[in-house]
Amino acid sequence: RKAEARRNWPLWTDRSLLKSFADPEELQSDGDPSLPSPRERRAAWLSIYRNSRCRMETCFDFSRCEKHGFKVFTYPRERDQPLSESYSKILTSIERSRYYTPNPEEACLFILSIDTLDRDHLSGQYVRNVNEKIRGFPLWNGGRNHLIFNLYSGTWPNYTEDLGFDIGQAILAKASFYTETFRPGFDISIPLFSKDHPQRGGERGWLYQDSIPPKKKYLLVFKGKRYLTGIGSGTRNALHHIHNGKDIISLTTCKHGKDWEKHKDTRCDKDNVDYEKFDYQELLHNSTFCIVPRGRRLGSFRFLEALQAACIPVLLSDGWELPFAEAIDWGKAAVVGNERLLLQVPRPDPAHARHKGPPSVDASGGGAPKHLPGLWQIIKDRLLPHRSRSRFLWNTLPGGLLALPDFSTHPGDFPFYYLQHGSSPSEKFTAFIRAVSPASSLSQPILRLIQAVSGSHYCAQILVLWSCEKPPPPSGKWPQTTVPLTIIQGRRKLSDRFFPYAAIQTDAVLSLDEHTSLSTSEVDFAFVVWRSFPERIVGFPARSHFWDAEQRHWGYTSKWTNELSIVLTAAAFYHRYYHSLFTEYLPAGLRELVDGLAACEDILMNVLVAAVTKLPPIKVTQRKQHKEPVPQQVKGMAGTAGGQRFSQQQDCLNQLADWFGYMPLVSSQLRLDPVLFKDQVSVLRKKYPRLEK
Amino acid sequence: IMCASAKYNTRGPALIPRMKTKHRIYYITLFSIVLLGLIATGMFQFWPHSIESSSDWTVEKRSVHDVPVVKLPADSPIPERGDLSCRMHTCFDVYRCGFNPKNKIKVYIYSLKKYVDEYGTSVSNTISREYNELLTAISDSEFYTDDVNRACLFVPSIDVLNQNALRIKETAQALAQLSRWDRGTNHLLFNMLPGGPPDYNTALDVPRDRALLAGGGFSTWTYRQGYDVSIPVYSPLSGEVDLPERGPGPRRYFILSSQMALHPEYRSELEALQAENGESVLILDKCTNLSDGVPAVRKRCHKNQVFDYPQVLQESTFCVILRGARLGQAALSDVLQAGCVPVIIADSYILPFSEVLDWKRASVVIPEEKMPEMYSILQSVPQRQIEEMQRQARWFWEAYFRSMKAIALATLQIINDRIYPYAAISYEEWNDPPAVKWSSVSNPLFLPLIPPQSQGFTAIVLTYDRVESLFRVITEVSKVPSLSKLLVVWNNQNKNPPEDSLWPKIRVPLKVVRTAENKLSNRFFPYDEIETEAVLAIDDDIIMLTSDELQFGYEVWREFPDRLVGYPGRLHLWDHEMNKWKYESEWTNEVSMVLTGAAFYHKYFNYLYTYKMPGDIKNWVDAHMNCEDIAMNFLVANVTGKSVIKVTPRKKFKCPECTAIDGLSLDQTHMVERSECINKFASVFGTMPLKVVEHRADPVLYKDDFPEKLKSFPNIGSL
Repeated sequence: RKAEARRNWPLWTDRSLLKSFADPEELQSDGDPSLPSPRERRAAWLSIYRNSRCRMETCFDFSRCEKHGFKVFTYPRERDQPLSESYSKILTSIERSRYYTPNPEEACLFILSIDTLDRDHLSGQYVRNVNEKIRGFPLWNGGRNHLIFNLYSGTWPNYTEDLGFDIGQAILAKASFYTETFRPGFDISIPLFSKDHPQRGGERGWLYQDSIPPKKKYLLVFKGKRYLTGIGSGTRNALHHIHNGKDIISLTTCKHGKDWEKHKDTRCDKDNVDYEKFDYQELLHNSTFCIVPRGRRLGSFRFLEALQAACIPVLLSDGWELPFAEAIDWGKAAVVGNERLLLQVPRPDPAHARHKGPPSVDASGGGAPKHLPGLWQIIKDRLLPHRSRSRFLWNTLPGGLLALPDFSTHPGDFPFYYLQHGSSPSEKFTAFIRAVSPASSLSQPILRLIQAVSGSHYCAQILVLWSCEKPPPPSGKWPQTTVPLTIIQGRRKLSDRFFPYAAIQTDAVLSLDEHTSLSTSEVDFAFVVWRSFPERIVGFPARSHFWDAEQRHWGYTSKWTNELSIVLTAAAFYHRYYHSLFTEYLPAGLRELVDGLAACEDILMNVLVAAVTKLPPIKVTQRKQHKEPVPQQVKGMAGTAGGQRFSQQQDCLNQLADWFGYMPLVSSQLRLDPVLFKDQVSVLRKKYPRLEK
Repeated sequence: IMCASAKYNTRGPALIPRMKTKHRIYYITLFSIVLLGLIATGMFQFWPHSIESSSDWTVEKRSVHDVPVVKLPADSPIPERGDLSCRMHTCFDVYRCGFNPKNKIKVYIYSLKKYVDEYGTSVSNTISREYNELLTAISDSEFYTDDVNRACLFVPSIDVLNQNALRIKETAQALAQLSRWDRGTNHLLFNMLPGGPPDYNTALDVPRDRALLAGGGFSTWTYRQGYDVSIPVYSPLSGEVDLPERGPGPRRYFILSSQMALHPEYRSELEALQAENGESVLILDKCTNLSDGVPAVRKRCHKNQVFDYPQVLQESTFCVILRGARLGQAALSDVLQAGCVPVIIADSYILPFSEVLDWKRASVVIPEEKMPEMYSILQSVPQRQIEEMQRQARWFWEAYFRSMKAIALATLQIINDRIYPYAAISYEEWNDPPAVKWSSVSNPLFLPLIPPQSQGFTAIVLTYDRVESLFRVITEVSKVPSLSKLLVVWNNQNKNPPEDSLWPKIRVPLKVVRTAENKLSNRFFPYDEIETEAVLAIDDDIIMLTSDELQFGYEVWREFPDRLVGYPGRLHLWDHEMNKWKYESEWTNEVSMVLTGAAFYHKYFNYLYTYKMPGDIKNWVDAHMNCEDIAMNFLVANVTGKSVIKVTPRKKFKCPECTAIDGLSLDQTHMVERSECINKFASVFGTMPLKVVEHRADPVLYKDDFPEKLKSFPNIGSL
């Protein structure tokens, strides 16, 4: 049978006479009057679709979340009840989150104080008689609106999904979730994390540079136990085939469990020797791909370890419902292999593998209580499907946790996505002046400032945040401007200046203090620069931070330095979305901290933007040095009013670093000037000649 | 960003030249004779020894009524009901998909048969128009194979699109007797109208064992995630009615409901909405008194007003899609076609292709209980987002709903993506409409990272024979603290580079690469010797840059590692008189390019320049010995969507267009040629990727009144 023509589906002679699959009218009127009413049907569903068939619409009481919003209640801890370190971290973390409520009446979601993380009944942390305990809880209500955490279920030899108690209608957040038992849209798969996992901050990812295409010492590595018998042994037994000793390293050891020597096979001795020759961390950090096979259970620690090491995981764990798959597009961050096609997975192509890891690690929160925010946001998105994040927002930097759907669900409204979205920020800005001086009449500086700002043809409106005890001067006292000028009465809190006022209509905010002195040229140039960097703070007076090795804390300096990491919000452009992040994303405790310290709010704003973008702010040309209301301070000089202010700023910086778990600020060594700034060329040719005076 | 706009325009109606009728008849006759001959040979050759009765295939001109009849005995086996626990790793035999040179699954279609029961009564209609279209599409696609032994997926030709049109038990028996059925393993069934009275199951009731189901009305309880595929209910109106795309923007009505036979409870809720919100809500129903001959499916009525369907859908911003007896509704397709944003009210419904499509970008899903709040919910959607959803809705229809072919290929692609996940189509490819793919930049290669300073940079000096000047450049550059290696690209084939002993002694490794041809593109080759991320491209006559300036340039690059960071800046301008782009090297307030005679950039761009430069730009540059720098500027801007960064004040550079001494005429030709390059590249890229900015980067304390010795980079801008 050579050179045979391909036999395609025939071209029937009477194909145009074929009848349609359905009568057009039948297709358009898909009703049946004999059916029960929608309301009856939904009521009937409640009794049919329970327990293993739970879905949000049948097992979750949405009405609990309507009045008070998304609030989480944790059961009071009982004294005689042992808690594992991990579970108590989870509870603590909830209690310090912005969603916590101590009042069960207000709660939308309930978390048990019984530690359910380890349900392997051979484990020391296994809690007995959970069913009876739960039945005694008046709030349990069949598990409705409860969230149960679990890392390990079942035990040797088959490691079933059984938790040893009836979770009823509770949502299960579980590691190593098997797709068959997973209730889609209801349960949540979480990554397996170890108890050492930090609550926040923690070690940053190991991706330090953009090596493109990723060129590392090894292409593919694995180092781990090889099970000689039992569940999961098939996959790991096969891994040694790919070892080539050069760029593909696959090492296994037979040593695990008490009686491994009983099951020992011919490979074991040699494998055990090879195993010791390589260091696990060294392999992880120097390989492009890392094999993440199933263990006894489907998930393993090495999944998070590989992601953190910026090693692209090659998953060999059939039937594993990947962590947070409802939100995270794992195709972008991992290679999902097939246990059965172990040897057929083609040699991965490094050029094909884009830098996958870190964004997803950030999005999934890395693990431990760090991933709780991801969990809350996924559940929140289910409560209001029409105000939930698209997969685009979840999977594009800076990730779903930082794209608040309460602000917008439209990518063009955020500062981060202009490029991917193919749009650009608005062409006008809102000047936002904070007035705190107790003077009854308007001072000269603020009048000059209003004139200078309204002189910019990019200015859309001026808002004055009146934060004084005295009422603002009547409208006749304010200068006549070409743009609308609105007074907003503040609550006289320092964090007020970053409240997302509805009056701010433009993407760009020019944040100003009443004493700030700026010229129209400076404003114009800075705004044009901001439009090129809409995700950053772009402004004038700058400060920097440094690590004080002697005192072992962070230092803050307002001295002239060659670097900068903070741009004061007394004169800076930024995206209005940062007002929303400041007010709604940061926990209330941080805002209270800021309200209690002098001049800490602009440090927090800088820290926030740096934490979100991982980039430094941008300083632009300033005609003359910004006038500091307080004289320059030398480090460590306390006592005077200024000194006190300075030490408060330092204190603020250290408290923020502590709260974030690391120092988010990033330093920059540059300033952006107009192209012809101070060049030897006629001022007539220069667009911003006034900046040079 | 794509670079082939021209391609789309060249396709026109002229592709098939019209022949004169006489010729046409002649050709058709000739063709028929040849065809008959071929068929005869084919029959002769394969008749006796083919596996399947090849007569089904070899005779092209056949009617569906001529297909073989298969009689099903009453006791012929029935498959098990569908297994709800099936997943790809449990019920799918992936070993059958071994033949995958292109990471494409191979799909086999069973030949068409007519099935009858013992009494000769037919089991179903042989095949519907739509199912025939679907199978034709598969057969014409890259997925198709006619070799049953190489197939990974099997598609029965038994038409189960509409459950109402078939006899369930007998259809199941017909499936079970298929030659490779094997409990339905790797078999794919397409069904759009599942269930029937009284319970209207949300998945096909035909027992099918392990077969995969591409179904048009799954609920979350019947859909086996990662195994089944949720597909649309095809609307035959798509093929009949031509609704031209309407630009996004506000429409006459805010909310429209056009479905007929809605449950009275839904209808009364909709009417309550209308009563509350007046004319912006339009609730349509079936027309009761249409004159004869007017098809009821093409009209809708509100009281006495008659509207054309589906045209009326284009008059509304949002269109309600309520569940009927089934969850999947053909109206969804009509609504998407009209660019109306669907408001889906059907609890537990699995939206079509939800495994890959991001419906949040094209629709609003509202729980049934929240129907009374629909108006306020929809009003909270920002206008900009509505416009994007309108565009997105239309794009989903065009790409995945408009024909049975689109539905079939999307379904196969989804299954293909599961089997070869490493070759899967990305979220962006599935979801971004062409306009977004065109205008946006997705630059996944660079994360916001500041590379460590310690890595340093590799300087690459392109040289021909200016040895003296080259040595001066080497000596100067070697003073820069962060230099980690120096690479000299010796572009002169007629002359050997100087002996080792003659080269300047510098503190970092110096390597000389000899090239095979004197090409400008050699400057941008991704040499293995480049071990750092940062590359400094520098001409062999750039001796005026100070060590501070170069070190500062490197520091700036670290803050902008995905951009070109360079010294002399240039600008492109639109020449309104000539109606084309113009190159500008004068003292301007703006920059859009930097010259690569002295510029830092990421080594990745060497790879892109050498292997991924669009069109013939690379050869063109080598042939003209000019504009390699402009090409690099285009390339980087096109990939990143970002501007260049010019560093430090303007200096006198020795480069062709800066030296007016060389004579005006030379200068002018040079400028003309450079302008031509810009126009040429813009047309190849299909867009003008360069971004104009008004800023340059200086050290923080540049020109500030501050002691020079305390500045990190004091020696900046000196001439």
